[in-house]
Amino acid sequence: MRDEFIRTLTDIAKNNRNVMLITGDLGFGVLTKFWTELPAQFVNAGVAEQNMTGLAAGMALEGKTVFTYSIANFPTLRCLEQIRNDACYHGAAVKIVAIGGGFAYGSLGITHHATEDIAIMRALPDITVVAPGDPVEVAAATRAICKLPGTCYLRLGRGGEPHVHQGEIQFTVGKAIRLFTGSDIAIIATGGILKQAVDAREALKAAGLDVALYSMHTVKPLDREAIAEAARTAKLIVTVEEHSVVGGLGGAVAETLAQLPGAKAILKIIGLEAGFSSVVGDQDYLRGIYGLSAKSIVRSVMQTWKII
Amino acid sequence: MDTRELALKIRRHAVTMTHLGKSSHVGAVLSMADIVAVLYGRVLAVKPDEPHWPDRDRFILSKGHAGAGVYAALAERGFFPVDQLKLHYANGSKLSGHVSHKGIPGVELSTGSLGHGLSVGTGMAYATRLDGRKHRVFVLMSDGECDEGSNWEAIMFAAHHRLANLVAVIDYNKIQSLAPVEETLRLEPFADKWRAFGWRVVEADGHDHKALAAALAAPAAATDAPTCVIAHTTKGKGVSFMENSVLWHYRTPQGEEYERAMAELGGPADA
Repeated sequence: MRDEFIRTLTDIAKNNRNVMLITGDLGFGVLTKFWTELPAQFVNAGVAEQNMTGLAAGMALEGKTVFTYSIANFPTLRCLEQIRNDACYHGAAVKIVAIGGGFAYGSLGITHHATEDIAIMRALPDITVVAPGDPVEVAAATRAICKLPGTCYLRLGRGGEPHVHQGEIQFTVGKAIRLFTGSDIAIIATGGILKQAVDAREALKAAGLDVALYSMHTVKPLDREAIAEAARTAKLIVTVEEHSVVGGLGGAVAETLAQLPGAKAILKIIGLEAGFSSVVGDQDYLRGIYGLSAKSIVRSVMQTWKII
Repeated sequence: MDTRELALKIRRHAVTMTHLGKSSHVGAVLSMADIVAVLYGRVLAVKPDEPHWPDRDRFILSKGHAGAGVYAALAERGFFPVDQLKLHYANGSKLSGHVSHKGIPGVELSTGSLGHGLSVGTGMAYATRLDGRKHRVFVLMSDGECDEGSNWEAIMFAAHHRLANLVAVIDYNKIQSLAPVEETLRLEPFADKWRAFGWRVVEADGHDHKALAAALAAPAAATDAPTCVIAHTTKGKGVSFMENSVLWHYRTPQGEEYERAMAELGGPADA
């Protein structure tokens, strides 16, 4: 995902000298292309995320579109107030990019697990929150947020995420992509866990269930129409995210669903249930431990399906 | 514009605004009134009838709690009508206690949480230089605010990138929210710290307009360093019983105290 992001951003920035990239001293080997080809549009702010975000707001207020780049919680939680006051409140075109959403940096330990970022970022006013599901969505999302006014958060995986979409996609910020229709269950996934959701859907289909699947790449603003459609057509809505079950995609869908007139669908939120992960392991291993592998998603969905 | 007259008006407005709003921070406004008067009366290139004029000098009040002083200066410079100042702190008003840009022509940045202004100003200075534009960026900070680590990130960055178009001005009144700076987190040797970080430092009496004008003017000799103007000030300056007092960081002037303050500032009360 990160390679697709930087490839796309370099492409955009070559044609628009007002597009800037600031890193908080991370991106070894990844940012080289941008750095060498567009040195005037590249800044390494050093290990100083608060200043990085304040700088970005200042540059944006002078007409730049500024991407801030770091990993895990550094470009978000470490400088949350700069994002809130300096960027969002001023409608500044600051585009915050976090590499390593969820357990992408699993083995590095809890400092590097970005597992509450969606909840915290989407609680801010005047921000767009996007978590693309695969590299194809990453490229489209990068182009889309670059054109959007104001502050955006782009939550990416790391590297090597599989392609879910084959070929062109219709990508609009705030509009979910429906990959499959289905009348029993609707799975709504956000971020790099999309592939596990696709695999889980296959398994559920093999078990005789008719399952819809949405990639909810934009968590804010949330696509209420897609949720209303899912609530109309399916009996069970399942949200899947590599993130805490508190306040993320599941929370956002719950807020919408609970206020939807006449909605009958039951909601199951699949995500990280409680506490910090102190288990050491890579992304796949931790997904397995915490119920986010395709297999665990299937098990969890079946359990809920049986009791409704 | 006569900066002495402007400073007196800022002080009188600030005392009346904090009186009407029953609000805090009058000591912080009185402390910086001369700095703000010299900036808006003499140094800053701004056009009150064209607040977004692209070539204007940028001014950020990072010590946002002293917003009343900037509102007063902007109103006196003609950015908006002076009679709006009485709405400071009022329900439904745009003039919040901490300086806000929303709906107030001339305010570049909303602040109030300390340690934000210098980073944003540094970003503005960086982008400005990149685009080959010539205006300067001024950030007015408090001394207590220098406790915030984010400032030191910006201080390193601005010097590293040789942002000579950036000016940090410190309202160094040596009193912060609860106690003197010296008893809270020592800043001294303060000027040496800025110099060690690579800044050009100018110290001035923060109530001497001639000294301030010289310190805030573009440097005579070519330099590639950002400038820090350490303005030595007296908190509560101009009202004898507010001077050098921690109390008047928070206390609001009411009753006889309001009358006395206005009398000391050249005449009877406005409100």
